[in-house]
Amino acid sequence: MRIFGYRISVGALAGFAIVFANLFAAIFAPVIAPYGQADLVGDVWAAPSAQHWLGLDSLGRDMLSRLLFGARTTISIALLITICSFVIGIVTGFAAAIVGSWIDMVLSRFVDALMAIPTLISALVILSVMGTSVPVLICTIAALDSTRVFRLCRAVGLNIAVMDYVEVARLRGETLWWIMRREVLPNALPPLITEFGLRFCFAFLFIASLSFLGLGIQPPLADWGGMVRDNAQAINFGGMAPLIPAAAIAQLTIGVNLVVDWFLSIHSRTHGEGA
Amino acid sequence: MSAEILRMESLQITAQPEHGGPGKAIVEDVDLVLHPGEVLGLIGESGAGKSTIGLAALGYTRPGCQITGGRVLFEGMNLRDASAEARRRLRGRHIAYIAQSAAAAFNPAKTLYAQICEGPIRHGVMAREQARAEAIQLFRELDLPSPESFGNRYPHQVSGGQLQRAMAAMAMSCHPDILVLDEPTTALDVTTQIEVLAAIRKLIREHHTAGLYITHDLAVVAQVANRIMVLRHGRKVEEGEADQILLRPQEDYTRALVSIRQAKVTRPAASAVESVPLLQLKAVKASYAKLAHVVDGIDLSVRKGETVAVVGESGSGKSSLARVITGLLPRESGEILFHGQSLEPALARRSRDLLRRIQMIYQMPDVALNPRQRVQEIIGRPLAFYQGMDGAKRKDRVRELLQAIDLPPEFAQRFPGELSGGQKQRVCIARALAAEPDLLICDEVTSALDPLVAEGILELLGRLQRDLGYAYIFITHDIGTVRRIADRVAVMLEGRIVAEGSLGKVFAPPYHPYTQLLLSSVPEMRTDWLDGVLAERGQVKEPVSTAPG
Repeated sequence: MRIFGYRISVGALAGFAIVFANLFAAIFAPVIAPYGQADLVGDVWAAPSAQHWLGLDSLGRDMLSRLLFGARTTISIALLITICSFVIGIVTGFAAAIVGSWIDMVLSRFVDALMAIPTLISALVILSVMGTSVPVLICTIAALDSTRVFRLCRAVGLNIAVMDYVEVARLRGETLWWIMRREVLPNALPPLITEFGLRFCFAFLFIASLSFLGLGIQPPLADWGGMVRDNAQAINFGGMAPLIPAAAIAQLTIGVNLVVDWFLSIHSRTHGEGA
Repeated sequence: MSAEILRMESLQITAQPEHGGPGKAIVEDVDLVLHPGEVLGLIGESGAGKSTIGLAALGYTRPGCQITGGRVLFEGMNLRDASAEARRRLRGRHIAYIAQSAAAAFNPAKTLYAQICEGPIRHGVMAREQARAEAIQLFRELDLPSPESFGNRYPHQVSGGQLQRAMAAMAMSCHPDILVLDEPTTALDVTTQIEVLAAIRKLIREHHTAGLYITHDLAVVAQVANRIMVLRHGRKVEEGEADQILLRPQEDYTRALVSIRQAKVTRPAASAVESVPLLQLKAVKASYAKLAHVVDGIDLSVRKGETVAVVGESGSGKSSLARVITGLLPRESGEILFHGQSLEPALARRSRDLLRRIQMIYQMPDVALNPRQRVQEIIGRPLAFYQGMDGAKRKDRVRELLQAIDLPPEFAQRFPGELSGGQKQRVCIARALAAEPDLLICDEVTSALDPLVAEGILELLGRLQRDLGYAYIFITHDIGTVRRIADRVAVMLEGRIVAEGSLGKVFAPPYHPYTQLLLSSVPEMRTDWLDGVLAERGQVKEPVSTAPG
């Protein structure tokens, strides 16, 4: 079997299956979920049964339904964060690589300063000052995450910016925007796609940990990290409720990583052929 | 000659594609015999399989390749069946290899001694002290400066030519029976090439070592080899004594290789050259990071329909001169007039129309074309950018341009990766033509190409000039090319022009000493050329260059 003209391994196939299953759940949650995400339908931490396949949560809501709706919020917000951070990182990183001189200097030192502070601490400070609405959450994590993307894009961009075809474009009088978009970006795609997958996982885990601390997505919206926190107490009584959203986080992380590994392998392979 | 030392019988080497599928034969049915003390030249263009055969002599194939047929016999032992351990004992000890790029073959973190003595010590041939003494002896034989301390240096502390000779010392350190030389002088300047060539030849003769000399340059191999084998597409075309191949080639392909560089490219009539200069440089100076001037007081003028060749060795500042003219490296002082008007020093301040009029063609077509753009887009972009052409009109113009560079119209849909080296360079030319320029700066446009392909590119440039009247600045280190295409020549050395004028004036006595050194260093198609040059130069070494060795 082939995808994008490349042979695909069993692991990558499993990864794609997991990712698509999650996307399916996220998109069709309102259709396939048996109950609403905020509906109280039974006893607190009721065991799994024919009506409630995964049991009930700390308030008596259906766990499966919340898991499906949770996929919606968690994945869409993580995706938005990753896209935003990539837009910021790619534009600034490529600009630094292509133009160089003082622009590179200023941007690089600014990024160094941002990276010197642990991400979680910065996020906690910003979120506690600005409030925890979803847009603020997205902007904050995207901005913090874009520092890593900047570093990658600058490094990749520097290698491409020295190519003669970039010089040809400069001699032609092309704008920076055009050079970035048409000459550099297409040649930087393989490592960027790989990084996109990894950063998506990190964004996703980061929201989960923020939610766990109570600064992430606010109730009654379901999200997987928040669900772990809400049900954490069940562990004391031998319940398995917190393990279910935790397992959901784990499976998506593994799935995305399997796909990323495959991208990495085909990327390094094409490089080997060129040598 | 006594018994043979190496024999290859109907050798076949196949490249296995990574994702399965049928293998592609790189070498097919090649027979080869080498006697002790004899040098066999392997000649061919890229893809002829000559390096693959050279490596097969060590019982080695590149990753993805495999010896699929025939035998490789070293003193009667078939290397194909030999164990990995047996082959390891052979390599370096009995059969040694000299690679094209010494800079890439040396470990930059270790001294030359450590790397040269490694072979004899690891093979248990010599003790450390003896290996060291041996290395010093080799350095002396190779005419390296201060042989006693030379080995204490790191690879970056010696020049390219010295490093290449150090690699010869490394290969010779175990006194091997066979030396495989893979384009050992190709990356060097002509004046350095002579030194390395003479040193290697002396070494091989004195140690009575057999050699496989791999190169694409027939004139070079003729100086070293007793016999020459011509290869093409992995097959033997012709084999014979060096003199016989040069003087009485049997096959058409060999004849083409021999006669190359002799025909003159048809030039426009002198009347086509206008008297008013198109581009005029007056005392132009420029430097990188305000250090020493890489372009130091250049005066030069180019007229419409004229070809001015700028000749010099690497580091002479000839490519920097091109960067100054295009504005990538803004000049610090002096004046550049284009169509009689002063040219802004920096690229960013020049108008779009001005940028259009000066176009550049690069040495390496591989990196001058964006691998993710189709030919249609590569050639079409200048049309859209400068002339605002779009849609069907642009498509038609791209087709016309493809026709002008002798490529079929279907090529518009190809990516650069689907083109050969010569075709890529043609696309680069078409991209420059699309801008409808007045001046084309050609920076070593043929030096990365095989001779016959380069020939085609030169013909094309000549024809375009006749038809469309472009002015060319032709930057090159290849005197042969200059003789054939230039009206006027400027010889550069250390950022200055040391000789300038018409071809007949510069390349005829009385010469500037550096011009003479350059001219006499160009290999000629006869076997006694190197002897003649060395005899003529006698004891004199590096008469002009003031650069640190």
